[in-house]
Amino acid sequence: MDRQQDTSASDARPVLEGPDIARVLTRIAHEIVERAKGADDVVLLGIPTRGVFLARRLAAKLEEITERKIPVGSLDITMYRDDLRMHPPRALARTEIPGDGLDGRLVVLVDDVLFSGRTIRAALDALNDIGRPRAVQLAVLVDRGHRELPIRADYVGKNLPTSLRETVKVQLAEEDGRDTVLLGAKQTPQ
Amino acid sequence: MQRHLISAADLTRDDAVLILDTAEEMARVADRPIKKLPTLRGRTVVNLFFEDSTRTRISFEAAEKRLSADVINFSAKGSSVSKGESLKDTAQTLEAMGVDAVVIRHGASGAPYRLATSGWIDAHVINAGDGTHQHPTQALLDAFTMRRRLVGRDAGLGRDLDGRRITIVGDVLHSRVARSNVDLLHTLGAEVTLVAPPTLVPVGVETWPCEVSYDLDAVLPKSDAVMMLRVQRERMNAAFFPTEREYSRRYGLDGDRMARMPEHAIVMHPGPMVRGMEITAEVADSDRCTVVEQVANGVSIRMAVLYLLLGGNEPAVTHTRTEEK
Repeated sequence: MDRQQDTSASDARPVLEGPDIARVLTRIAHEIVERAKGADDVVLLGIPTRGVFLARRLAAKLEEITERKIPVGSLDITMYRDDLRMHPPRALARTEIPGDGLDGRLVVLVDDVLFSGRTIRAALDALNDIGRPRAVQLAVLVDRGHRELPIRADYVGKNLPTSLRETVKVQLAEEDGRDTVLLGAKQTPQ
Repeated sequence: MQRHLISAADLTRDDAVLILDTAEEMARVADRPIKKLPTLRGRTVVNLFFEDSTRTRISFEAAEKRLSADVINFSAKGSSVSKGESLKDTAQTLEAMGVDAVVIRHGASGAPYRLATSGWIDAHVINAGDGTHQHPTQALLDAFTMRRRLVGRDAGLGRDLDGRRITIVGDVLHSRVARSNVDLLHTLGAEVTLVAPPTLVPVGVETWPCEVSYDLDAVLPKSDAVMMLRVQRERMNAAFFPTEREYSRRYGLDGDRMARMPEHAIVMHPGPMVRGMEITAEVADSDRCTVVEQVANGVSIRMAVLYLLLGGNEPAVTHTRTEEK
């Protein structure tokens, strides 16, 4: 989510393709069911933009496995960012909390890339104003390392060791027309 | 790049749509158990009210508090202004206290502009109504209410009011609400018609981007929204119409007139309403009248404006007008 630069197609190479992403999400869904002992009280909250699509896909897989309706929503963290004062204000995305709320539930936050951990810190702050979950877990498609805060993911699609000179770009069919994770070199400012 | 909100005419179409979209998300905070965001923590906003106001002042205060700003309320009554302090001295006092934004309502047209451009003060200036000039946040909340009702809450995101026909009725001469609305609605692509007795139509109205009519009954069937204005007796220094009865018979909105509006059309009023004058109780209390909704929307709009002006290191509202189409 945070610090994604545009990666030009020429120098970026795919590290996950469409079928890999589908397999990874299936595995994470099974892990959630296993660890939550049936996923009775699971609520999935995606972090906009791409985390929301991933959360919806995960919910569909969970529903296949558990044959129950899995509540899914979105959590916009813009207003809770710690770098708000360093940029012009960003347009807000939608926060949509499922009807039954979060109190006493197991909330699984879903994002595309885990990097500094600052997005997740902001998400935890935002959750604080919305309800009191029984527990909060984190699922990410890619963990690229370089944490700046003591935050880790509970479910990781792919651990991707990167250097700070590289960029990781997740593309999803809902937004970008195709499913892929691209690893590229950071554009040097001209 | 400007850092103030002085006039609705300064907003580009994209700025206005960004404010409306942001307000739509802000509105959802009102549904939460904790109606508060940390966004403006540590920023100080002064509400500088030289003129009476109920809803605008409360609305700004609610918006500031929901964004966690520190709020200082100032009203001219009971302050050093009644001892003869000038706007400049008041401004410099505020500057010395280190305020980040000033929300100003003033009886003199141009006072917020003076405050913003005179170099007295470093803070962002938001106009909360100046004389008979402008009231930009009112125009924004009116446009927000229209977009919600006429285009749709979710369907409206990212869209303007293209082709909607808006009729503004009443005391246009003394109305900053009408001026702001004409400017903003034109920017958003709506077609505006002003309806008023000839004595209450301002000089120079032919240069405004709108039509003028003296016949309410002819315009009503072609309106998507009808905005009734209060007759501002406190600003009237001459006889603008013979009697109140004659005014309300020709320009007031009653049940019969409302029935002539299209089924989807809404009735708006910036408040405060004078029931029996420009609007009857029957209309004011009907489902089609959005007065209460407008007040709720006002908080969302003001949160959006405060966030977009103060939330980052520089304002998101570009505030430079694009070429007229």
